[in-house]
Amino acid sequence: MERKNPCSIFSATVPSVGAICVYNDMVSIARTHLDSIGGSNIPVAAVSTAFPSGRASMAVKLQDTADAIAAGAGEIDMVIDRGAFLSGRYMEVFEEIQEIRALCGEKAHLKVILETGELVTYDSVRKASFLAMLAGADFIKTSTGKISPAATAPVVLVMLEAVRDFYTLTGTRIGVKPAGGIRNTKDAIKQLVLVNETAGPEWLTPKLFRIGASALLNDLLMQRMKMRDGYYASPTYVTID
Amino acid sequence: MTTFDYAPALESRSIVTIDSSYGHFINGVFVEGKNHFASINPSNEEVLSQISLAGSDDINRAVSAARVAYEATWSKMPGKERGKYLYRIARIMQERAREFAVLETLDNGKPIRESRDVDVPLAAAHFFYHAGWADKLDYVGVGHSPRPHGVAGQIIPWNFPLLMLAWKVAPALAAGNTVVLKPAESTSLTALLFAQVCQQAELPAGVVNIVTGDGSSGALLVNHPGVDKIAFTGSTEVGKAIARAIAPTKKKATLELGGKAANIVFDDAPIDETVEGIVNGIFFNQGHVCCAGSRLLLQENIAEQTIEALKVRMAKIRVGNPLDKNTDLGAINSSEQLGKIQSLSATGDQEGAQRWSPECVLPEKGYWFPPTIFTGVTQAHRIAREEIFGPVLSVLTFRTPAEAIEKANNTPYGLSAGIWSEKGSRILWAAQQLRAGVIWANTFNKFEPASPFGGYKESGWGREGGRHGLAAYLTSDENGDN
Amino acid sequence: MSDRLEVKKTYKLFIGGAFPRSESGRTYEVFGADGAFIANPSLASRKDLRDAVVSARGAQSGWASATAYNRGQILYRIAEMLEGRAEQFANEISSLDGVTHEEALKEVHSAIDQWVWYAGWSDKLSSIAGSTNPVSGPFYNFTIPEPMGVIGAIAPESKGLLGLVNAIAPIVVSGNTTIVLASTRSPLPAITFAEVLATSDLPHGVINILTGEKSELAPWFASHMDINGLDISGVTEPSAIADIKIAGADNLKRIHSFEASVTPQRILAFMEAKTIWHPIGI
Repeated sequence: MERKNPCSIFSATVPSVGAICVYNDMVSIARTHLDSIGGSNIPVAAVSTAFPSGRASMAVKLQDTADAIAAGAGEIDMVIDRGAFLSGRYMEVFEEIQEIRALCGEKAHLKVILETGELVTYDSVRKASFLAMLAGADFIKTSTGKISPAATAPVVLVMLEAVRDFYTLTGTRIGVKPAGGIRNTKDAIKQLVLVNETAGPEWLTPKLFRIGASALLNDLLMQRMKMRDGYYASPTYVTID
Repeated sequence: MTTFDYAPALESRSIVTIDSSYGHFINGVFVEGKNHFASINPSNEEVLSQISLAGSDDINRAVSAARVAYEATWSKMPGKERGKYLYRIARIMQERAREFAVLETLDNGKPIRESRDVDVPLAAAHFFYHAGWADKLDYVGVGHSPRPHGVAGQIIPWNFPLLMLAWKVAPALAAGNTVVLKPAESTSLTALLFAQVCQQAELPAGVVNIVTGDGSSGALLVNHPGVDKIAFTGSTEVGKAIARAIAPTKKKATLELGGKAANIVFDDAPIDETVEGIVNGIFFNQGHVCCAGSRLLLQENIAEQTIEALKVRMAKIRVGNPLDKNTDLGAINSSEQLGKIQSLSATGDQEGAQRWSPECVLPEKGYWFPPTIFTGVTQAHRIAREEIFGPVLSVLTFRTPAEAIEKANNTPYGLSAGIWSEKGSRILWAAQQLRAGVIWANTFNKFEPASPFGGYKESGWGREGGRHGLAAYLTSDENGDN
Repeated sequence: MSDRLEVKKTYKLFIGGAFPRSESGRTYEVFGADGAFIANPSLASRKDLRDAVVSARGAQSGWASATAYNRGQILYRIAEMLEGRAEQFANEISSLDGVTHEEALKEVHSAIDQWVWYAGWSDKLSSIAGSTNPVSGPFYNFTIPEPMGVIGAIAPESKGLLGLVNAIAPIVVSGNTTIVLASTRSPLPAITFAEVLATSDLPHGVINILTGEKSELAPWFASHMDINGLDISGVTEPSAIADIKIAGADNLKRIHSFEASVTPQRILAFMEAKTIWHPIGI
């Protein structure tokens, strides 16, 4: 059933999402549906590599990723092996990212989920950010959304500093995606200010900064209603799916 | 792609009411004053009000009121009851916090973000903290049977007008003294609003008296024979003059004076955190801070990259309307102070240091100075030795920890210092070696009522805050005469 | 009467652990209570004071960085050394001040007991004068008392030994070094006391003792820019006190005089409180 007019979704005044992020088995469904409603420019991102725990053999993780790419995923969101990272087996983490990177090749962008809520310290977040960037990540992403805390402002700040410094060292801009915990428009604006002030305005593009937060959308719609109508909106009037 | 601009976010000034002129607050009521002078909003040169200049009549009346209140009421009141008055004051200040913050920003020129989040809440916290001391004076540690001095004459500066008032008044009252307070001539308005708070709190008449005026009024207060205790925050030069003035008397004094703090960055310091600390150290409150981290000492092997990162960060500092909630750096408090900053900075150029400021558009009206750093500075430069009291940072380098300490301590001042390092033992070693009363390690410019503040050497006498600060308002038979 | 002629002591200054004469070559005559000549101690000059300050400054950081336990033991050893020579001091005091031997011995015993009392403070000061401060934020914040630096002292005229000890024991126990001007009229126990210090493992320069005229030297104590604090308990003339305070204001010297002899406030008056902040975080 069509609840929203596709024309309004893709109209010039309503920005589209950066990508639709789904589990592996939903990739082809999402891709087909997007194409059917005129959203063929919107990539489907698949959470892969035994998401969210990452607890599987490398063979399984590779197969998982290959399946997603085959189903039409344009972006792969892999999780790092936090156990390996926290026990100091950095090379293992590095090589896993490299292998997934190689598999993605030109077909898919690679986002590396650090799961910062499990890394706990800012030192670890910065270290994991650099590990991911050096191993070939296109994007570093805070969280799976399954662990709290997720995309806290200080963690995002550390990651933005990391991509800024990586750019200074290499000339390559890596994207940042906070995910989880950004539930309202005000939080989202704070994130944009962090990006602007830390990494710089060059990062204020979906190619380099995304907010992963299903919970955010409805608050954003309510804020738009307030701006349009001049009075405060109610969640009753926005749909939950 | 469009740029990401920030819309102005102005705090409304409708919350404050400013009278066209003010007298003094003596014996619980506002009384007429004479010889008015203008109080100016330094961000746009608007005349906010006319302030009275206290002469000897006014000072006499205020000191007499304080003496009567001391003898008849305040010194006889149980500490528990004195404490309740202080709690009341703290609560009313919290209730009227936004009003105080907006008024402070209008009168002083500091960003509303600072007056709202630092000055005013801390001022209220000082009253709340000291309220709890009022009935526990036996445990302050000044000896047996502690007693107040009597009438305290208190003279405060323009950089944190309300907060300095709280630092002075709260411990004085908690210990059982009564007060005659003189705010700085350019920033009297929040003190006069505080007088209203005293009225709302039903503080007994004469316990707090507020007289406005300039240095001449302050000198009358210092020299008044009815004053038992002087508390002064301001320049070292005036502090020394006060010390001389009271030399033939039995008056006690607390002096919080100037500083030229070293902010030492070791090569293992986390750079982003450190840069934030450097910025906070020198640009907080436009650098109008006696404990500002105005001498940056960088370990030579990280100097270049730290300066680069600092410049990137400084370019993000938003200078402008202090009432804008996004403003980082507000107005210089007065044209006189702006002149001092400009002339001392000029000596930096003349003596061969390299000046740098980010591009920033300064408002046309008002008193403004851009965030500025000087590199290539040596200990011999005037900008490394004299307090600029503005948003101007002098950058020096060192090679070994011993050299850092030697340079840091090579000053007659000794108020504060900063240390940036990830190594605990090095931090503790440096903290031990530094001759300064407040050491911030991996942080800077933190203030709290429970935390003693004050300087070594020519940065002053005594402490303010904590048990140590309260002790300065008490005496006992075990104490010396000073 | 023995036919052996007594070997008399030359009373000199005590600077940097040595016993020099005044650089000025001056001495003055000291007489006993009975009017009889006793000795020609040095009449110290401003240059002797200058040298003593250099010596005290040189010794200060080392003395301050000695462990509190070590400083306490050295102060206790001063008491031990003094005890062993109690009779000598009693004789010196009674001949100078005209008090009975018993009274003089009582003064010596008081002096000894004061050293013991102050010795015990060395490793307790931080506990009573320091604090951890409960600030509203994730910070570890603590305040510690630290020695102030070089402290001058002008000892009282009466009780040449006990007055001197009253002044210097609380100054040095915390890690300060000192230059003390002894009682002008009764300077001899002060110099004999220097012999006690010389055998007490006290590092050279921690305590320096001058003998001479208060009116001549007090202004130089007051104006010396490398002296951080002054105990002027030995100055009683109000105008002299005012002059000292006015001159002392040039470097904001901490200037005190005391009535009470045995109180930790005397120690704390010449200490600075240092507050240290550090964030708490992971």
